[in-house]
Amino acid sequence: MSDTITYEITIGMETHAELRTKSKMFCGCSAEFGGEPNSHVCPVCMGLPGSLPAPNARAIAFVVRTAMALHCQINSPTIFHRKNYFYPDLPKAYQISQYGDSPIGTHGYIDVTVKGETRRIGIHRVHLEEDTGKLFHNPGDVSSLVDYNRCGVPLMEIVSEPDIHSPEEAQEYAKTLRNILVYLGVSDGKMEEGSFRCEPNISIHQPGTPLGTRTELKNLNSFRVLLKSAEAEIKRQEQVIRAGGAIQQATLRWDEANGVTTPMRFKENEADYRYFPDPDLVPLEFSAEYLAEQRDALPELPTEKSARFVRDYGLSAYDADVLTSERPMAEYFEAAAKAAGDPKAAANWVTGQLLANLNAEGHDITETKVRAEDLGAMIRLIGDGTISGKIAKTVFDEMFQTGKPPRQIVDEKGLVQVSDEGAIEAIVEQVLAAHPDEAARFRGGEEKLMGFFVGQVMKASKGKANPGLANSVLKKKLS
Amino acid sequence: MPILTPDDVRKIARLGRLQLTEDEVARFAVQLDSILDHFAELQAVDTEGVEPTAHSVGAKNVTREDVARPSLTPEEVVSNAPRAECNMFVVPQIVET
Amino acid sequence: MNWTTAPAHEIVAAIEAGDVTARAVTEASLERARAVEPAVHSFLLRLEDRALQRADAVDAQRKAGEPLPPLAGAPLALKDNMAMRGVETTCASKILAGWKPPYDATVVRRLEEAGAVIVGKANMDEFAMGSSTENSAYSVTRNPWDVNHVPGGSSGGSAAAVAAGEAAVALGSDTGGSIRQPASFCGVVGVKPTYGRVSRYGLVAFASSLDQIGPLTRDVEDAALLLNAISGRDPLDSTSVDVSVPDFRAALTGDVRGLTIGKPAELYGDGLEDGTRLAVEAALQRYVELGAKVVDVSLPYLRYSLPVYYIIAPSEASSNLARYDGVRYGHRTDKDADLIEMYLLTRQEGFGAEVKRRIMIGTYCLSSGYYDAWYKKAQQVRTLIRRDFDAAFDRCDVLMTPTSPIPAFGVGEKTDDPYQMWLADVCTIPVNLAGLPGMALPCGFSGRLPVGLQIIAKPFDEETMLRAAHAYEQTTDWHKMTAPCG
Ligand SMILES: [Mg+2]
Ligand SMILES: [Zn+2]
Repeated sequence: MSDTITYEITIGMETHAELRTKSKMFCGCSAEFGGEPNSHVCPVCMGLPGSLPAPNARAIAFVVRTAMALHCQINSPTIFHRKNYFYPDLPKAYQISQYGDSPIGTHGYIDVTVKGETRRIGIHRVHLEEDTGKLFHNPGDVSSLVDYNRCGVPLMEIVSEPDIHSPEEAQEYAKTLRNILVYLGVSDGKMEEGSFRCEPNISIHQPGTPLGTRTELKNLNSFRVLLKSAEAEIKRQEQVIRAGGAIQQATLRWDEANGVTTPMRFKENEADYRYFPDPDLVPLEFSAEYLAEQRDALPELPTEKSARFVRDYGLSAYDADVLTSERPMAEYFEAAAKAAGDPKAAANWVTGQLLANLNAEGHDITETKVRAEDLGAMIRLIGDGTISGKIAKTVFDEMFQTGKPPRQIVDEKGLVQVSDEGAIEAIVEQVLAAHPDEAARFRGGEEKLMGFFVGQVMKASKGKANPGLANSVLKKKLS
Repeated sequence: MPILTPDDVRKIARLGRLQLTEDEVARFAVQLDSILDHFAELQAVDTEGVEPTAHSVGAKNVTREDVARPSLTPEEVVSNAPRAECNMFVVPQIVET
Repeated sequence: MNWTTAPAHEIVAAIEAGDVTARAVTEASLERARAVEPAVHSFLLRLEDRALQRADAVDAQRKAGEPLPPLAGAPLALKDNMAMRGVETTCASKILAGWKPPYDATVVRRLEEAGAVIVGKANMDEFAMGSSTENSAYSVTRNPWDVNHVPGGSSGGSAAAVAAGEAAVALGSDTGGSIRQPASFCGVVGVKPTYGRVSRYGLVAFASSLDQIGPLTRDVEDAALLLNAISGRDPLDSTSVDVSVPDFRAALTGDVRGLTIGKPAELYGDGLEDGTRLAVEAALQRYVELGAKVVDVSLPYLRYSLPVYYIIAPSEASSNLARYDGVRYGHRTDKDADLIEMYLLTRQEGFGAEVKRRIMIGTYCLSSGYYDAWYKKAQQVRTLIRRDFDAAFDRCDVLMTPTSPIPAFGVGEKTDDPYQMWLADVCTIPVNLAGLPGMALPCGFSGRLPVGLQIIAKPFDEETMLRAAHAYEQTTDWHKMTAPCG
């Protein structure tokens, strides 16, 4: 009986994105990923006594732009706070962050489309802080090792309102958000490297009753894991409640092997962070000129781009959404469309053959050997009759494997379409001579045999015969 | 009624990661309570609508261009460490999974 | 000529003129230190070889006919809370034992560029928390005027070194009076510049919104000289202010005619020791004789300075001192411990009683549920104190008060009751809360012990403050007297 109760799902998402700056948030150390341990570290980011923070102007601009792109109110003045807690990855024993009512951005939203339905998810806050270092288990010893290379890298925190109501929506929210950040150029959005981290807070409750106790999922390193772990956590919570239990507030991680969420054994944490304004930093006050500059620096965002593709290129809304779902794909498409002089054909090739081939290999568009200009050139070869659509598939596959330009492939393999009427007539006569019975039946009114003859002509020409021409010559000869 | 009990003192010490002896707990409880008692006169000041002063300087928007500069060498970074291995700092094992 | 009693501007001029070498001056300073250190204990670390090398470099520069920088060859004592590359910097705390910073504080860089010869790291109260230098984990510095008395604190080592002739000049840091009060106790000049005037980069933080580095010197001209060298915006310190740095020496005109001096009633109250009152009142009288005008002013919110300060400073300190956790530098417990125990034991073993006390107060005032009642309230009253000063400066050019209500107290006299010790800061603390420039100027004696006049000026108006101090100094011999060191 209780199995029939349906629960309402409430999810809020906390996202951390490392910003793509050259230097760290408060010092001149390189913010680049990698490097040998403790090679991107200075007195400031390792919190040496006497060192002081100097804020990175570009990181601030990036967060302002993001807040704008997320339709936020920009708060000015805005200040930095200290979040105090002890942990070896936090060398000052406080994280410089933004607390309280006036982080850089508040009251925003993004629109998320799941299964054709668009819903608006509120953005609670967007703020700027610094990342922590990394801890490694020391294999030779019962100890851990600390590396501060990532410590002090600018980190943007984006907190959604608890407006998300399904794991799919959570995943789509994360994808949409990541897409916006990548469009803005403020983050590289790499979940695997940890430069884009999503932490959903999940609770369930019966409609008409108060919200349930939340649990938080951490260390989710792909969109797939985000979806799977949210599904599993909701299932777990339902089982606990159906068994008459209560949900404990907890932080959980994803156990890939068993497909379940498991509680993290966690650092002792009194959760009294003793936030206070950082006395080493002065307030940021954004002038109207500054805000106008940042607004001008905003690139075209996915929804605007998609609308323009429909308007200017005559694409379907579906294709436009697919093409703008990632900034590199949109850029690839536009370059190919320009080279082709035929945006619709370019859209078909990108969303069709190219994506299919890439998916089959598990690659994304930034990894293809096919240059956008070459794809455009190939579409032109179809358009001007140099190759047939059928041959084009062969040419494209070769381009995909080797990265060679289409013209070179066509020349090397002799794939130029035969559009010489005399040559076609010769082939047609050869085919009719080889199939006298079928010719007679055609003439007797069995017109569907036309397809058979065209096929035979293509076969005899190794696919190079211009299909239109073959058709008209056949008709003439068979009449 | 004391403002601070020995239990409060223990809790605060834990939050500030200070191990105190029972003697220290007792002494601090008395001292801190008397100090806070001196401070209590502040509560009588009318501060309705008064902006807090976090800083006496009025400066704003002090930022730095995003330019990468040389860091210390890893050897310099760990040169003062009580314990280091492989140019990383060694701490007691952290179990967190 | 006795180079251990001469002010730096005379030393520099003599080196420039070829009357003496930088090496000879430095040797005299080191020699003096060897003689008086057993009684005074100004230094935690003396840098004899390094100092002589620096001095030789100055002499070589002169020999080569190069122009000499403004502090060329001046022996300087550096408070041990300023980072010097490769030189142990402990803040007189066990928790920083052995720490050799891999970088220079901005003031150290600027001083060395100006030719100063750093002769040693001066003793202090641990992490600058104290008013007597008795809170040093390593040694107790004595007052050169009477070694049974404290030199004041927390820059007690810096003040004693200058008073005892071990260094011509010194740098200290001032969070609630830590330059001015020891300057007053030791009979030297001590300047706390406007907050933001001098870079804090490399100054180990106590209370970040209050800390400021400044000079301790034999006379006002030296203070101006040092201030010239260390002032100015530093991109490494976001709170250092981008205002032009005048030539402070040029402000020393000797003329105070028409100057309006405010006398805040709240700091001339009952707690004022008789000898101190006499000396300060006499100094004000002298100013009147010099053509200045003294007016009574009232700053009613000053009475709350002590609680405001002792909430804000420990709060900031509790956060600033959290980094001493035994992971990256300094002391770490020898005991076998898990992470939390390692933190607890390292900090228990490494910090002294006063530091622990302030970490406790600060942690409490910032903790959830108490923040608004204590920390935020204190920041609001801080605003009211600032407004009091603003109003006073509408009528006055400078304010003058005693630096300390009492002269140097006996060693061990106030160590039992922390609140009594804190009361000694009552005149200096408000100046830090308002971020103003303030200085201590020798103005006589109470018995054998020096008394210091405090002069407070408007933000970034060190020029008027120094001009007033200098004009008075020209009419007295206090700054020419030498301490017996016995
Ligand atoms: Mg965060
Ligand atoms: Zn750094």
